[in-house]
Amino acid sequence: MSALTEQFKRSLVIAKKNIKIYYLKGPVIIFGLVFPLFLALAYIIGRNVPLKEVLPGLIGMTTFFTATSVGPSIVPWETRSKTLERLLCCPVAFWTIIVGDMLSSFLFGLIISVIPLVLTLTLGIQPLNFMLLFLGLIIANLCFAALSVLLSAYPPTDVPATSMMLSSLVKFPLVFIPIEQLPLLGTAIASISPLTYFTDMVRQLFLSRGFYPLAFDFTAVIAFTIAFALAAIKLHEKTLTKRLS
Amino acid sequence: MDHISFEVKKGEIFGFLGPNGAGKTTTIRILTGLIKPDGGKAFVAGYDVLRNPIEAKQRVEVVPEVSNAYVDLTAWENLALIGKLYGVPTQKLRENATSLLKEFGLYEVKDKLVRAFSKGMKQRLLLCMALVNDPEVLFLDEPTSGLDVESARLLREKITRYNRDGKTVFLSTHNMEEANQLCHRIAIINHGRIAAIDAPENLRAQSMELQYIEVAFNKTVNPQDFSGNPSITRAVPAGNKVRIYTADPSTVIAFLVEYAKKNNLRILSLNTMMPSLEDVFLKLIRGKEAVIQ
Repeated sequence: MSALTEQFKRSLVIAKKNIKIYYLKGPVIIFGLVFPLFLALAYIIGRNVPLKEVLPGLIGMTTFFTATSVGPSIVPWETRSKTLERLLCCPVAFWTIIVGDMLSSFLFGLIISVIPLVLTLTLGIQPLNFMLLFLGLIIANLCFAALSVLLSAYPPTDVPATSMMLSSLVKFPLVFIPIEQLPLLGTAIASISPLTYFTDMVRQLFLSRGFYPLAFDFTAVIAFTIAFALAAIKLHEKTLTKRLS
Repeated sequence: MDHISFEVKKGEIFGFLGPNGAGKTTTIRILTGLIKPDGGKAFVAGYDVLRNPIEAKQRVEVVPEVSNAYVDLTAWENLALIGKLYGVPTQKLRENATSLLKEFGLYEVKDKLVRAFSKGMKQRLLLCMALVNDPEVLFLDEPTSGLDVESARLLREKITRYNRDGKTVFLSTHNMEEANQLCHRIAIINHGRIAAIDAPENLRAQSMELQYIEVAFNKTVNPQDFSGNPSITRAVPAGNKVRIYTADPSTVIAFLVEYAKKNNLRILSLNTMMPSLEDVFLKLIRGKEAVIQ
């Protein structure tokens, strides 16, 4: 147990290092800040819909795009600068590095996604249960961060731009909003996206109506988080030899 | 790698020599737990690298050929990062980092981003990073490659001092002189196999057929004149001298004196040369003829 705690502490050290290095990189700023900002503006401006109605989608997309902006670039960047090799020489398990990457992506998403939430509260729009909403936000950020690290696993490129581009190609088709307006086939396809459950969760907590039960939304996001995290560790492990060659 | 097997004694500097693609870096990567071999076992500091990689890595450090410090972090932050990843307590880490940066002449630039460092400074920083957790075994992969003379000498001095403290050094290098100066024992690897493993002096002693005499006369002579002598393996021109390979220098010297008298020549210089480590290396890699030619 103490060995596990020690490894987790080292994950935090890696996350801190990532925060210092990658938060201010150009692609992270573009995909994690500029892009969600303009997306949010496009989502709000010119639509004759009450803010409360657009909030679930807005928070969902902001969280999704910010939490997935750091993860895809870390491993390619570290492969190119040979620092991945440096980390692997240290007494850290492979999962320690991946968890560190996920944590840094998670924190970035959490910090940015709290902004629309605070804005919402400032405008007097109250969720039904703030603690549940915040818990959902934390789990969703973890989920999307895990997805973002998974997206950098294949192909094992050392070009961050390639990884960012490919991750965008995967991310955009995962946006199914609003799910209740989709046809049956669309609903079925939307069920493979974790964003669907998070948006549904936020909708229930703001508008008291959702497509799935709230507990199901939470369970689904947690299940996606575990699946993405495990897949990220396994797939990165599998492609590691190619990265080091 | 092809079923290689070797042991490095505690407290020795062990050289690992081989041509490009011989398997030097692969060996280091296996021993430092970076890659897993298809088969076999590897123990470092008493720990099975495959079964207990974390415990093994906790006791070793690596200095690679190409700098892999974080260029977006300062020198201090790089040291702190590595120290923390090795679980060095904060106070101890601060003391170690300060003393290493001072020792390697980097203390004044400790708060500068590594991006602005020269190659020599980066390489010195890598050694600081490698020593910050006081490892038992240090792996060095071409540590002085491409460095200026001063930086290379400083690094060699530090490696020797570190070894004097009882630490083990595994040094992969192309630099024969460096290996000769630093290493207690040397392994020469070729095509994934160990071609020889011994102390540098013993390796040279095993290749006495590669010793040669360099002789200069007051007039130019044709090296072919010496080809009939059975004690002479080969005679080749070497500038204004003739280089004569022989396993029996005393007989050849007597022959050369006689040859000079007979042809009314004066011997300006005559030196017997032991085979260099480079000669031994070339002999093991490409065969005796490659050296003599």
